[in-house]
Amino acid sequence: MRNRLKAGFEMFSEFLELAADWNFRDTWMAATAALAAMACAIPGTFLVLRRQSLMGDALSHTSLLGIIGAILFANALRVSGWIDTETYIATRHAVMFVGAMAIGVFSAFMTEWIQKLGRVEASAALGVVFTSLFALGLLLVRSAPSGLHIDPDCVFYGTIETTAISVKGEPPAPAITNGIMLLVNLTLVVLFAKELKISTFDTELSTTMGINARVMHYGLMAVTAATLVAAFESVGNILVIALLIVPAATAHLLTDRYGRLIGIALVVSALSAFLGHLMAITLPAIIFPRLGFETVRDASTAGMMAGTCGMLFLLAVLFSPRHGIFSQFVQRVRLSVKIAGDDLLGLLYRIEEVDMEERQVGAMDLVRKHLGLGWMMSRLAVASLSRNQQIVSDPSGYHLTDIGRESARKLVRSHRLWEAYMAKHFQLPDTHLHETAARVEHYLNPDIRSQLEDELDTPGADPHGRDIPDERHPEGE
Amino acid sequence: MRRDSTRLLETDDSPLLNERDGTNSGSSRSGICKTSPPLTKGGIQGGYVLLGLLVVLGLLIFPESLSAQETRSVSDRLIRTLSLQDYNTRIVLMGTCLLGISGGVVGTFMLLRKRSLVGDVVGHASLPGIGIAYLVMEMMEPGSGKSLPGLMTGAFVSGLAGALCTLAIKHYTRIKDDAALAIVLSIFFGVGVALFTIVQRMSTGNAAGLHQFVFGKTSSLLADDVKLFAVLAVAVIAVTIFLFKEMTILAFDQEFAHAQGWPVLLLDSLLMGLIVLVTVIGLQSVGLLLVVALPVIPAASARFWTDDLKRMAWISAGIGGVSAVAGVVLSATFPLLSTGPMIVLSGAALFTVSLFFGKQRGVVTRLRRLRQSRIRHGRLDLLRACFEHLEQNLPEGMHLHSEQMTERMLTLNSLLSRRSWKPARVESLLSRAVRDGLLLREGEAGYRLTDEGATQAVRAARNHRMWELFLIRYAEIAPSHVDRDADMIEHVLSPEVLEELETALGQQYPHLRVPDSPHMI
Repeated sequence: MRNRLKAGFEMFSEFLELAADWNFRDTWMAATAALAAMACAIPGTFLVLRRQSLMGDALSHTSLLGIIGAILFANALRVSGWIDTETYIATRHAVMFVGAMAIGVFSAFMTEWIQKLGRVEASAALGVVFTSLFALGLLLVRSAPSGLHIDPDCVFYGTIETTAISVKGEPPAPAITNGIMLLVNLTLVVLFAKELKISTFDTELSTTMGINARVMHYGLMAVTAATLVAAFESVGNILVIALLIVPAATAHLLTDRYGRLIGIALVVSALSAFLGHLMAITLPAIIFPRLGFETVRDASTAGMMAGTCGMLFLLAVLFSPRHGIFSQFVQRVRLSVKIAGDDLLGLLYRIEEVDMEERQVGAMDLVRKHLGLGWMMSRLAVASLSRNQQIVSDPSGYHLTDIGRESARKLVRSHRLWEAYMAKHFQLPDTHLHETAARVEHYLNPDIRSQLEDELDTPGADPHGRDIPDERHPEGE
Repeated sequence: MRRDSTRLLETDDSPLLNERDGTNSGSSRSGICKTSPPLTKGGIQGGYVLLGLLVVLGLLIFPESLSAQETRSVSDRLIRTLSLQDYNTRIVLMGTCLLGISGGVVGTFMLLRKRSLVGDVVGHASLPGIGIAYLVMEMMEPGSGKSLPGLMTGAFVSGLAGALCTLAIKHYTRIKDDAALAIVLSIFFGVGVALFTIVQRMSTGNAAGLHQFVFGKTSSLLADDVKLFAVLAVAVIAVTIFLFKEMTILAFDQEFAHAQGWPVLLLDSLLMGLIVLVTVIGLQSVGLLLVVALPVIPAASARFWTDDLKRMAWISAGIGGVSAVAGVVLSATFPLLSTGPMIVLSGAALFTVSLFFGKQRGVVTRLRRLRQSRIRHGRLDLLRACFEHLEQNLPEGMHLHSEQMTERMLTLNSLLSRRSWKPARVESLLSRAVRDGLLLREGEAGYRLTDEGATQAVRAARNHRMWELFLIRYAEIAPSHVDRDADMIEHVLSPEVLEELETALGQQYPHLRVPDSPHMI
């Protein structure tokens, strides 16, 4: 145990040491990655909301063809003398963007076309289109002349380690590209806020309002493709899917509000970039030497970013305040405890009613026997009631306090009113009333109780002949 | 009537479940079989397949020396590849072909279950498994990291984990299907990339051998590896054939399968296991980036050719096998073209052909059907317009008889005012009707109906008005509104339906007599 603690402490101090090595270069790399991730998060949010995440996946694959095709085309122009080498180098980037956007829109169009014309199921159409275009892109990458500087590894894994290095304190080129893309995307979101919102959530409404949903769709595809190309260089064309979809999905788990969605997605993506880079330079160096691989000092930042995105997503899945699995579990347990507590109060009240002299119940097992609660639940219920000072316990059992009796009366009143109501309006045998009432009693508020009372002309007793207690404790008792 | 009118609307989900008999599985096991005619052929067919596969396997196991690959010209290489002179080529070809077939077969069911892209997730998600398997094997025994079965086991486990993760995300969170796929795919791939960089930085390791899982490298496959694939592919095909009926029920009606007492969850997991297996086998030949094409493209192509599931599975298997072979042959002939993309592109070419020329749902077929029905509808519209024109020029209270109809003249202008149609359309309809012998052209004066034309015109008008009367009486539609509704249905009224209409209307119209129009024409 001691050894393990020591080892843990050692690992932590090692982590701190490694993290302390974080320098200017690391900051630029993480910042570049963060800019790329944030630029992606914006179109990603809309893809997730529109349920077109797979379109993002497809685009990231097919834009490879766009890039390669555009470069080959520009190169062919250069070779044949239409443009000179300087223009070629100067316009190389712009050509890449145009090519990727064109192919992006083209693959979206092809998918839709095959889906409609051939009546192929949507995901199958997408699968056919993007694999074919991607295969074509791969072939071109392989067969491209070596002078074009197209490195497949760069395209697939990203080269943030080598390109995001700032020269003389100036921001590295990829950071600028991604920064511009982020600005463009932000501007577009602000400019087309209304159109995007309406066409995302209600296509029919947007059509009636004169917003062409198809134009919006293809526009989104073009912007996504451009953003993907900007981010490629840093993180590679598969990992970019993680940046596109995962922060948006995480935000989708955390909030239900449209405006906040984009904000949270941006924060998550920036966070994943910085944490991812931190993990990349620390974790492998801590773990792998211990496994016998001395030479491993770091791992791909892009890969670790995707991993961090995954961790953040997992955290959101578990602990999101509203939709998290854990949070929902806690909510359910609290509700069950409340209901169990209510049942216990009702039980104590009924016991008091039957035998006013002996205001006590046996210990826990009696409670459990009557209410059918588990060990854990009965204990939780008792604890919660005691904390609210609704019951007290002594060696003879549990007793209602005055506060407890108040709430218990209301519960029993709800129960019996509901039974009376059911008996009046539904043709049910008396034996069937109890169960429904036991379920409904927890949800009736004073309003409904008084309405029920009016409806039933202030009944004195429930169908079983027991008194329905008054809403308020009778004066002077 | 409804039966007939629904036939009109081209159904999107045409019944694929034409034959319900189990292929090889004990056909006495399910109540379904009792409703279908006994078909012993299925079992025999399945047996043939297995037999064929065994022969292929036998071929594979034939040992023969590896001959040097020193051929130069394209044609030489093509001939060498096609004539299977190289032992290695032969083996690669057979293995890849089996892989394509198994992908096609399993893909059929994935397509019908609308899970086509699960293969993509599995492919990408297998990357970390490969990395971890390599690391674990290196830790246990340095230098053994590249043992293929070990790596494939890793790929299988993490591919399956990825597929299960998508299901879990879909089930436990509010994230939708598509996002779940993208999330799992990219995160697993990212972790895999990180692991690969770690492998690369190890003193003992280099990731070179692992990268072939990403891009695929069929040409460098070793005979022993291919034999492993072949065995697995045959296993996949065999399992699918044996469980064909069960899978069919699962694909079409899960609730029914459940109610019938089939272990739905088990079958579903089995199908998932099969797709993972196909993907993992395909990794080395096609690469994990493209491996999804193996199940998707053949199945999507086969869908154009038939509405029958069993036939679709056969066609899909065929397309898968052919595109795999074509890809291998092409890339062996032109060394610059890598195999994986070539397999995918061959598949895409076959898909395009199927998309246009597929016998059942191909675009050309559908367009031809559409054209034929438009011609028919145009003819009926024209004839009805003729009838209405002739009828209107009769004195009040008189009924038109076919003898009168053939005598009177019709002009283009008189017909033009009958409906909202363009002169060009009317002219083309008229000339087509003349060619079909329904009308006679009388020079400049106009047209005259032939006997046949008159009969058909009466029938067209009669159908129209019967339906109008039906609508007025039973659907309580205002007489001024029934014309358009009837316009859409009159072309498809069969004699039986007309008979039913007559009974329903309670008025026996004399044969070939046309009821008066219920509204102003």
